[in-house]
Amino acid sequence: MILDLIPSTLRMTTPIGYAVLGGIYSERSGIINLALEGIMLMGAYGYVIGAHASGSAWVGLSVGIGLGVIIALLHAVATITFHAEQIVTGIAINLLALGITEYLIPTTERVAGLPDIGLPFIGSYSMLVLLLPILMVVSHVFIYFTPWGLRLRAAGESTEALKTLSLSRAKWQYVGVILSGIFAGIGGCFLVSDVHYFTKGIIGGRGYVALAAVIFGNWRPLYGVAACLLFGFASSLDLIDLLSIPDQLLRIIPHILTMVVLAGLVGRSRPPAALGKMKS
Amino acid sequence: MKFLQTILHTLNRILIQIRHLLIKCLPPVIAICGFFLLCGIVLILRGQNAFEFYKTIYLSGFSSFDEFGSVLFNATPLIFTGLAVAIGYKAGLFNIGCEGQLFVAAFTAAWVGIYLNLPSILLIPICICAAMVVGAIWGGIPGLLKAKFGAHEVINTIMMNFIALALTNFLVTAVYKEPDQMIPHTSQIHDTAQLPRLSGVIRFLPESNYLNISFLIACVCVVCCYILLKHTRWGYELRLVGNAPDVAEYGGINPRVVTVWVMALSGAIAGLAGVADVMGYRYRFADSFSSGWGFTGIAVALLGRNHPFGVFAAAILFGLLNKVALDIELFMNVPRGLFLIGQGLLIIWVVCQEGISKRINT
Repeated sequence: MILDLIPSTLRMTTPIGYAVLGGIYSERSGIINLALEGIMLMGAYGYVIGAHASGSAWVGLSVGIGLGVIIALLHAVATITFHAEQIVTGIAINLLALGITEYLIPTTERVAGLPDIGLPFIGSYSMLVLLLPILMVVSHVFIYFTPWGLRLRAAGESTEALKTLSLSRAKWQYVGVILSGIFAGIGGCFLVSDVHYFTKGIIGGRGYVALAAVIFGNWRPLYGVAACLLFGFASSLDLIDLLSIPDQLLRIIPHILTMVVLAGLVGRSRPPAALGKMKS
Repeated sequence: MKFLQTILHTLNRILIQIRHLLIKCLPPVIAICGFFLLCGIVLILRGQNAFEFYKTIYLSGFSSFDEFGSVLFNATPLIFTGLAVAIGYKAGLFNIGCEGQLFVAAFTAAWVGIYLNLPSILLIPICICAAMVVGAIWGGIPGLLKAKFGAHEVINTIMMNFIALALTNFLVTAVYKEPDQMIPHTSQIHDTAQLPRLSGVIRFLPESNYLNISFLIACVCVVCCYILLKHTRWGYELRLVGNAPDVAEYGGINPRVVTVWVMALSGAIAGLAGVADVMGYRYRFADSFSSGWGFTGIAVALLGRNHPFGVFAAAILFGLLNKVALDIELFMNVPRGLFLIGQGLLIIWVVCQEGISKRINT
């Protein structure tokens, strides 16, 4: 019975997983990204427009990522260049994204999905499901073992560190936020590609869940995606009748766990030191 | 001569005050004008009559007492959530959890209203107090976690939102659903728990107008918050903790204590938005009844510059926008999304304004 849950858990985990990687890039560079929800929505929106207009899922994916990056850039310009309040900007962008999807309602017809890849022993999954662990490892290597990753982290740890190396902090923060646009955009694309239809509430708070998973995973890609598995597992449990506990209550558990972890009761969460700080 | 001098002096001081007020009010006013102008331009681009748009705004907002009453009715929950966010902000705290707080408070109000049968004079205050207490607990928990463990209140309030929504959804679908009903809502609260409508008191309002006592409660809240912030020791402590936590601590104020009670107070006020809906409009708790009031509250507080009176004005503006959005969709076939886009841009503009003017000046 538990084995039956694996496919649905993976499907639930994947969109959050991409958003988490995006959130980690942004927050590691010191920018709080509450706009993940809106970026995911724009990704899904772009996917359905592109896939419907061209009939090709690949065009959909590109348009989705493109729109995700554009909306993330808006967040970047506001917060990095104009030092706007990051939390408020993020929420404003979520409103904006919701408004765009309501203003120009995309097609309600079925659109093409990205191809599945069949693997021995594991079964057949959407390529984005299988790409996630690869990107997770790549992100881990990028953040911890490359000079670029070091600079990205430096931007988030101190307002002064990059300046002493005569490097631009703003530039690396732009990199972080744009990467978050790409990844959260892919997360949104996966949601549409998976169910083939676009609805207004398709993201359903997954962007905020991803934010929780970023913290749960202590701002590390490997742990972050692992945390998503927990959230994904909890939300796939309602497919089976587990001990007749109502699914709403089961879905609360990861959120409570996040609060417990954040309080430092279990493990220790340490945010980037200069997260949210713009002035030195 | 001396007398004249005193008069001139007073006049001067009043002028300075007015100038100060104008400078403070100007940026939001410019933003709002820009917003309406932008909407007009978009309509022209859509090939529609922009003049018609402004006329619809006037007609649906101000053409009669009935319409204006509906605007105030729409504004009521936003006054509460706006105040809740503003009070937190003054103390340097972000309460993103208004949505969750108003949900649990609304459910509490409905629960008490259904299961207690008392005369109005007792039941209404009991319902309101119970709802505020639950709202305060819901807001206070993130406050406590921040004070005790340094956990960021933004994430915790978001988590509490999810928990509140799931919990009330569970309660209203599985436990307290009105029997033989498809829609997930509780049964009706007692007549004695319902807040009377103002149409009984104000002659100009027709019977059908939804405006009720909760609007007056909101007005009282605005004044109370103003007095609290400006004229009490607690308000001083609150503002000091928000502006200069180190100074506050040096001055013998414990910022942790302030954090907890401010978040609790913020949650209690946000809870009143739920009370307004349950006891003043629907007379029952309905699943997902709020259309994002908690999040709009952030915009309201921001546009009102976190000042109680500013919040009041901004809430009425947003109440108007919400009402107009429906009418525009109905009569002019313009999707409501236009206003959401406008709201989003408006907020981004307001938060960027300082940075933009700094860039231009240097």
